[in-house]
Amino acid sequence: MIDTAPQAQVIMKTADNNAVIDCDISEIYYGNFKAVRDTRIPIQKGTITAFIGPSGCGKSTVLRSLNRMNDLVRGFRLNGHVHFQGQDIYHHNVDPVAIRRHIGMVFQQPNPFAMSIYRNVAFGLRLNGFHGDRNQKVEEALRGAALWDEVKDKLHKSALALSGGQQQRLCIARAIVTSPTVLLMDEPCSALDPIATRKIEELMIELKKRFTIAIVTHNLHQAQRVADKTGFLYVDTTQGGRTGYLVEFGDTQQIFNSPREAHTIQYISGEFG
Amino acid sequence: MEDLLVRNAGKADAAQMGAAITAADLQKSLRRPRSLFSFMMSLLTTGLTLVALVPLFSVVYMLVVKGMHRLSLSVFTSLPPAAMEEGGGFGNALAGTLIMVGIAAAISVPIGILAAVFLAEVGPQTKLAQLVRFSAKILSGFPSVLAGVFAYGAVVLLTGGFSALAGGVALSLLMLPTVILTAEESIRMVPARIREAAIGMGTTPTQCIWHVLLPTAMPGILTGVMLAVARAAGETAPLLFTALFSNYWPVHDGRPALMQPTASLAVLIYNFSSTPFENQVEMAWAAALVLVFLVLAINLIGQSLSSRSVD
Repeated sequence: MIDTAPQAQVIMKTADNNAVIDCDISEIYYGNFKAVRDTRIPIQKGTITAFIGPSGCGKSTVLRSLNRMNDLVRGFRLNGHVHFQGQDIYHHNVDPVAIRRHIGMVFQQPNPFAMSIYRNVAFGLRLNGFHGDRNQKVEEALRGAALWDEVKDKLHKSALALSGGQQQRLCIARAIVTSPTVLLMDEPCSALDPIATRKIEELMIELKKRFTIAIVTHNLHQAQRVADKTGFLYVDTTQGGRTGYLVEFGDTQQIFNSPREAHTIQYISGEFG
Repeated sequence: MEDLLVRNAGKADAAQMGAAITAADLQKSLRRPRSLFSFMMSLLTTGLTLVALVPLFSVVYMLVVKGMHRLSLSVFTSLPPAAMEEGGGFGNALAGTLIMVGIAAAISVPIGILAAVFLAEVGPQTKLAQLVRFSAKILSGFPSVLAGVFAYGAVVLLTGGFSALAGGVALSLLMLPTVILTAEESIRMVPARIREAAIGMGTTPTQCIWHVLLPTAMPGILTGVMLAVARAAGETAPLLFTALFSNYWPVHDGRPALMQPTASLAVLIYNFSSTPFENQVEMAWAAALVLVFLVLAINLIGQSLSSRSVD
């Protein structure tokens, strides 16, 4: 028992170094507003990592900094680094467009384009100049997103006619058709009903065989059901503003069953949030 | 409490607080002053709306009465009648209008949409964008006769003659601000989540604009184009200096000719309505009816395009 414990520690450490994304943020600013500080989350290959925490704790900000979506926000500035397969994605030589093709994203609101179901999925293929069998790729992606059987007879109908849950699975199909390495999901179920939510959760478990997933969720049960690792972020108001930071990160089991930090304990037990 | 009593005192049918409510209290009745007032106001707004329709319908009615009986297939295929001549038509004027509006659209639509892309996406906050936006707003209230003067100086004097090209350039000046401003608005109206979806897929800014923003905004952009076309089709003043008029088809040696004076419906109406010859005056009425239907049809197309737009 005494022998195995340090060994496990060592394995953990090497695994950290091999993380697909090693997110080590010192500070994120929007203009003069410090949104996030001191957040280090290594995201391991083939796992689902959940970010939980109260509103305004910066969990979406952290997630969106992993594929440089925050570049769109005026005044965004990140101190620290985010390594994707060993490469710092904030290095000045890195093209954010290329990063986003390897790190796909699914958003809170289902956001299919105003085109047919088929063209939504084939969109990524078109971007990447894919000249192989598009029909096959589209079918694979729709099957991968557990949507094929529902839409195979209406591939050329507008994607906007689908239900919210179907639209969200279409967005997942659109994101996975180009085989990204990582899939970021920003509260993918918060606009959906419980049945659609359950479907997406089952899908996530299925998808982690092929992709590494990071998910932001408000729903603690969802984190418990799907995530291998969980990071809990909280808001620090002691320095004037509302700055989010990582309180605790670890195996989901540990975070929910034996949290170490006082804030985590309070949040998990539902005392606030 | 006192307040409440005062308020309820005047009402014969007022239910006292806590007292049972009778069915009569809940029924519609014009005897209550506020209901009566509301009814009168509804009547007033309906009446004034009808008044607003009077000019439009009286014009259309007038055109139908005066122009309809001269409308036949032959007016679309014949040349305008000379002073004492019977019959005739305005086929060349309709063709001229379509040609010049086509030239104007070919100039103003690409420039307008690309300018709108700059205003909405590339540099919305830049000094240049502010200048262009300001100029477009000024230009949209520009007296149309001045567009004609500009095209006269820029094209007619340069090329040495009145032409359909000069007319098209003049009309394009009138279309450009409408196209720019409506296209900018349409591109801006594309929801942020659609833009995020595209950028999240790894589009370059150009791919995002070309493959996502413009197709999504297209119904709105086309509506603006149609409005601009409808306005340009009815303009007379800018054409008087530029395309002038012609009694012949806009062809030369059997091919379409853009560099010669060209007839248009608007100028034909202007010319013929003031002549003393009955046949020409009737032709002007018929041409006006066709022009109104043309503009109406373009507007309807524009509206059906915008109703097809997606959220």
